[in-house]
Amino acid sequence: MRLEVKALTAGYGAKLVLDGVEFEIPPGKIMTLVGANGSGKSTLLKVVGRLLKPRTGCVLLDGKAVHACDTAALARKMAILPQLHHVSGETTVRELVGYGRYPYRSGFGVLSLRDREVIEEILRLTRLVPFQERKLSTLSGGERQRAWIAMTLAQEPKILLLDEPTTFLDIRSQFEVIELVRDLNRRCGITVLMVLHDLNLAARCSDFIVTLKGKRIRHIGTPREILQPEILREVFEIESQVYVGTDGIPYCVPTGSVKENGNENGENQL
Amino acid sequence: MKSLRSNFGRIAVVVFLALLLAGAMLLSLRFGSLKLTFGEILETLFLHREGIDYQIVFNIRLPRVLLGAMVGGSLAVAGTILQGIMRNPLASPGIIGVSAGGGLAGILVMLALPQFGAFLVPAAFCGSLGTAVLVYLLAWRRGVNPVRLILAGVAVSSMLGAFSSTILLLNAEKAGGVLDFTIGSLAARSWPQIGQAGSYMAAGLVAALFLSRRLNILALGDEVAAGLGIRVERTRLLLLAAAALLAASAVSVAGLLGFVGLIAPHIVRIVIGTDNRFLVPGSALFGAAMVVGCDTVGRMVMEPSELPAGVIMSLFGPPFFLWLLRRHSYEA
Repeated sequence: MRLEVKALTAGYGAKLVLDGVEFEIPPGKIMTLVGANGSGKSTLLKVVGRLLKPRTGCVLLDGKAVHACDTAALARKMAILPQLHHVSGETTVRELVGYGRYPYRSGFGVLSLRDREVIEEILRLTRLVPFQERKLSTLSGGERQRAWIAMTLAQEPKILLLDEPTTFLDIRSQFEVIELVRDLNRRCGITVLMVLHDLNLAARCSDFIVTLKGKRIRHIGTPREILQPEILREVFEIESQVYVGTDGIPYCVPTGSVKENGNENGENQL
Repeated sequence: MKSLRSNFGRIAVVVFLALLLAGAMLLSLRFGSLKLTFGEILETLFLHREGIDYQIVFNIRLPRVLLGAMVGGSLAVAGTILQGIMRNPLASPGIIGVSAGGGLAGILVMLALPQFGAFLVPAAFCGSLGTAVLVYLLAWRRGVNPVRLILAGVAVSSMLGAFSSTILLLNAEKAGGVLDFTIGSLAARSWPQIGQAGSYMAAGLVAALFLSRRLNILALGDEVAAGLGIRVERTRLLLLAAAALLAASAVSVAGLLGFVGLIAPHIVRIVIGTDNRFLVPGSALFGAAMVVGCDTVGRMVMEPSELPAGVIMSLFGPPFFLWLLRRHSYEA
């Protein structure tokens, strides 16, 4: 499925957050949006996921504007996990995953055999089988996030949008989430567009990284192309040292913030 | 508890609650100042349809029992819906202003405009529903979010409460007569009230059952629900309308019967979990049984005079609920 964003402007009320954003999400790849707080990453993800209407421009899925699509039909192709979600702690993992089948059900909503097969498969894939009857209030943060991702997978999406899926998780849980996403991408060919704050995590799991600043896209490239001190200085206003690990994956060590007046301080920090 | 949350277990619980309600209704028909055996009740209702016994059973007790069940079921379902859409375990029918609006209209008719006493039920109904609509409109700002809705409801309720208090103070010598309404009671209600509120309650209940699956999804958050293909604002409006209709019709016939709308959903949720497809019918049955039971007890404890169902509910409901809460790990 081809997902294209064309000449997009979007915002909330009088405030414009995105202005003239245009890019294409390569099918079957993992693309990560990075940028400072307030740079419009989440807004862009919401517009792509048709949670927010663009002012102008459009998001095209196989050439059709997503904001004009039947929203339930779209939910069978594209799943989005927003940052803000809510669930009663009394809900069980299996119930939550079952809610992901909503776009497939009709009438009073009894789960079909196929629904149950999909749920079983996804519980296995996300290693949630032992937790399936547990209430969400009894899970750790990482397990709960896996349950939410499993809910989106129950939609059997071709495209998965994730807004900061690793926030608030400990470092191991962060990797579990990222590895799960990578695994889904490799094994099931799901196209992923996500927002991450951690550049090193983004470099480790993404095929492409997109940087956002000042309402627009600044760079699109592979992790090695994006993790460059000059780019990070421009996008994040930080000084940094960038290395390439023995596995060929780049990582950056931020060394300080770029000071407002002149560059002399910044250069000394190297 | 786990087995009660399988589909089979949850259906079994709903059936059990239906039996509980049936039992409560039968006991309520049997007990009162006129003591009859079950055989005599059946005989009176179906064979000897005349005389004072028939008048008491058919025109006083039976409609009162039915109305109690309808009121309890309506308030419990309204509470279930509102707790779901507000994503807040403290939500009750009062939170969208239906109690304050119905209360003000009721007090106004009874104290300030007694010549219109015959219009008590429609006035209270309009006051309730009108307030709910006002709260919704006041909370609207490019859509309605639950927090704004709750705050608007609290603000409007507080203001209407001030008007009610003023009317009560100005008519202090007659205020005793409205206590029955402000506490919530089924005394002296009969077939006319069932006729006035019944169809709205039935419509609200059918809508709630039909929307229960969407309520599950909406409770996950607006953005998650939109991502799953729900039209969020439209669905929320439909659910709010159903809840307001149920609560307003209950308030109009039984007054400000509190507690059942807040607690019945929690009690049922502790047992069968959060799936609204089972929670809506379960709460309806349990709320109905609660009100019928409390009304029966209220008629028996101080014979020949009686205590309003609202008093019994507030007296015995909380200990039972707290006992359940302490026995189970429950994080609504």
